[in-house]
Amino acid sequence: MTADEAKAQLDERVREMMAWHFSEETGCPFWLDWMAEAGWDPREEVKSYEDIVKFPHFQDEWLRDEKNERFVPNAYKGRPFNVFETGGTTGLPKQRVGWDDYKHDYEQFSEQLSDEFFPKGGNWIMVGPTGPRRLRLAVEHLANVRGGSCYHVDLDPRWVKRLIKRKELDQVERYQAHVMAQAVEIIKHRDISCIFTTPRLLASIGERISISDHGIKGCFCGGTSMTPEYVRFLQEEVLENKAQFVPTYGNTLMGLAVSIPSELPQKDYSVTYYAPQPRAVLRIVDADKTEVTKDYGEYGRVELTTLTHEFFMPRFLERDEAIRREPHEKYPWDGVGDVRPFGALTKKVIEGVY
Amino acid sequence: MSAPHIPILRQGKVFQSLDVQTVNQLGTEDPAAEISFACADMIKYDLHKMGEAREALKSFSGSELVEITQKAGELFLHGDLPIGTEGELQSPEDYVMSLAATSGLPHSLIRFNMTRLGGLFGQIDDIFKGLSRGLSWDVLDKGYGEQGGAPVSFSATTNELAVILPSNSPAVNALWIPSIAMKVPVLLKPGREEPWTPWRIIQAFIKAGAPAEAFSLYPTQHDGSGAIIRRAGRVMLFGDDSTVKQYENDERVEVHGTGYSKFVIGEDEIENWEQYVDSMVESVSANSGRSCICTSTIVVPKYGDEIAHAVSKRLAEIKPLAQDDPEAKLSGFANPKFAEWINEAVEDGLESSGATDITAQYRDGERFMERDGMNYLQPTIVRVDSFDEDLALREFLFPFASVVECPQSEVLEKTGYSLVMTAVTKDVDWINQLFDHPEIERLNIGNVPTNRISWNQPHEGNLFDFLYTRRSFAFAESA
Repeated sequence: MTADEAKAQLDERVREMMAWHFSEETGCPFWLDWMAEAGWDPREEVKSYEDIVKFPHFQDEWLRDEKNERFVPNAYKGRPFNVFETGGTTGLPKQRVGWDDYKHDYEQFSEQLSDEFFPKGGNWIMVGPTGPRRLRLAVEHLANVRGGSCYHVDLDPRWVKRLIKRKELDQVERYQAHVMAQAVEIIKHRDISCIFTTPRLLASIGERISISDHGIKGCFCGGTSMTPEYVRFLQEEVLENKAQFVPTYGNTLMGLAVSIPSELPQKDYSVTYYAPQPRAVLRIVDADKTEVTKDYGEYGRVELTTLTHEFFMPRFLERDEAIRREPHEKYPWDGVGDVRPFGALTKKVIEGVY
Repeated sequence: MSAPHIPILRQGKVFQSLDVQTVNQLGTEDPAAEISFACADMIKYDLHKMGEAREALKSFSGSELVEITQKAGELFLHGDLPIGTEGELQSPEDYVMSLAATSGLPHSLIRFNMTRLGGLFGQIDDIFKGLSRGLSWDVLDKGYGEQGGAPVSFSATTNELAVILPSNSPAVNALWIPSIAMKVPVLLKPGREEPWTPWRIIQAFIKAGAPAEAFSLYPTQHDGSGAIIRRAGRVMLFGDDSTVKQYENDERVEVHGTGYSKFVIGEDEIENWEQYVDSMVESVSANSGRSCICTSTIVVPKYGDEIAHAVSKRLAEIKPLAQDDPEAKLSGFANPKFAEWINEAVEDGLESSGATDITAQYRDGERFMERDGMNYLQPTIVRVDSFDEDLALREFLFPFASVVECPQSEVLEKTGYSLVMTAVTKDVDWINQLFDHPEIERLNIGNVPTNRISWNQPHEGNLFDFLYTRRSFAFAESA
């Protein structure tokens, strides 16, 4: 696919989603009411991705304050939905409803994985936040799609965040050791080829056992920002350059933005992520003037637009910033590089807790 | 010389990080050094391997390590030693210039501290005897032996001594140097603006013949420091009262906190106070007032006003000068904000009617001054009415002291903890009370400035007791 073809595909997707989410037959109450109040019809005015800026920024508080049923498209009415939670340490968390999106996202992701490092039929282990998170089902689905089964070890990040806020760092270490002990036992005693976990947990497992010597060939990682030095450390020292490290950037609201692991050493381990276009689009914007896209090579705030039949989310400002990177021949659209917490250089952010 | 790259040292092996930060020469945009930063997990991984580093040191005898330490001292003072990753060499003068460029310290103070540090290497034998109460090095070589006719055995409490070093005081490196002769490897986290001194000491040791594995150096961020503090077997760090409190029940961690050092004159000597002004001035201002052994409170039974004025007049002669001025005794602040924060704290205390800045009458300009792109705080003596004043028992990173009048009989009750106390008195009863007081770490009786210490008597923690524990033992006859 060329860059022009990718752009045409995205614009077509935008028009399709406007027609879907803003018609009575298929749209959800939340967006239909929004259109009535806004006084303009996105089906008429939003004809390409550039027109998305006509929408205001999606506020994730709406996912907490609105009833979930208001986000159910009329086309899905009567069909029970999955509830996936995001963020939050106290109070009612933000929730996203869904049906098959996670399957589509992870099937698409599966096609990007190398069969050499993520062998078909191999079993997986997921070490990280399970519970009400999309990842729990998604990673298992990924394993199943590739012909394997998935073991799980849970970690509750909300509890870890509370411990960190209370400066109970000893408790954090003890809790992490508790999680690690479970993970290590499974890795030692079951046939596992692939792992999903977070960078910190991966390093923590690697402190206890040689991950590659225990049969793991591929590691799909997500969850927190990573400096190039940390990516190198994980690939060269934790995985001993024997297993492949596949960093991803994603969340419950987007799906998975992928990187190109084979190119990491040549790029000095600076990771660039490409959104799963046209289902989701990432744009690097000027934090003070968000309708302006930053130039290539510049840091800006990450803006996410999700365009699936199940969920429409325009211009959500992520709590991250990243460098706008040039399209890649494999993914001919903008990438986002060296993601870090928004304002990381000016304020203290509790991030990368697990 | 151009800005060198200071790499990570992982048990002596050079490691260049992809996370590189530039430290500029103070007050300019010109780079002084590029520094490789280590991630926290790398340090955690390496800590698991520190046993190998200790084995490398244990293959040397104590007497060999003494010789190496002494030779390292000479090299530190006079040698051209490796710097950076491109085979460059650093002369002693290069070291002075580099440290001055990033720390704000005047060249004269750096040379003073350099000489002091260099001298310490040569005294390693005396220091060990002092710390271990006369133990022979052979006991560490064999693991057991005799001391004063009694059987003794010592085992190391750790495979590494980790030190979180500050940016403002090269002299604190003195604290870890004896660890090498004691066969305990070091893991150092340098201050961002001061990688120079630990790096040079390490290179001196290696050139003198010490095994490179014994030296790890990790420039790192806050999370890396946290990993070191939580994971290392023995840790030294520097902090304020809250840091001391945080680790008071952790035997692995020795916090070098605020000194609250005091210069006290007894009732029997107060009429001679003019004879002690030189000592008080030195005690307050030595090393630009940055050491915890510098006096921060002067306590006298009377003549508080006269003493405050006399010391102020002398301290007012210490002014911000060019860094290369041989007379420069005042350090600028590497972090310019520190000077502003400290000045604000002093000004807050002076809002009370019971506290007066006496030095203000004598010095040129304000306490806070800028020169050559750096911020300075000029020496300050504050006369306070009582110990209830906020500034009575405060310690700041510049020549600062309060002067307070207090009856001799109440001094111990009012002064609290003192890292160093100089008591000018011949009153035997009072001297006995002072020696009996548990909150005085080092006690000088007579006219001795508080900043003068002896390395063979630890004034804050005992490195040997920190790194070794005594065990009882027996050999069966058949053994």
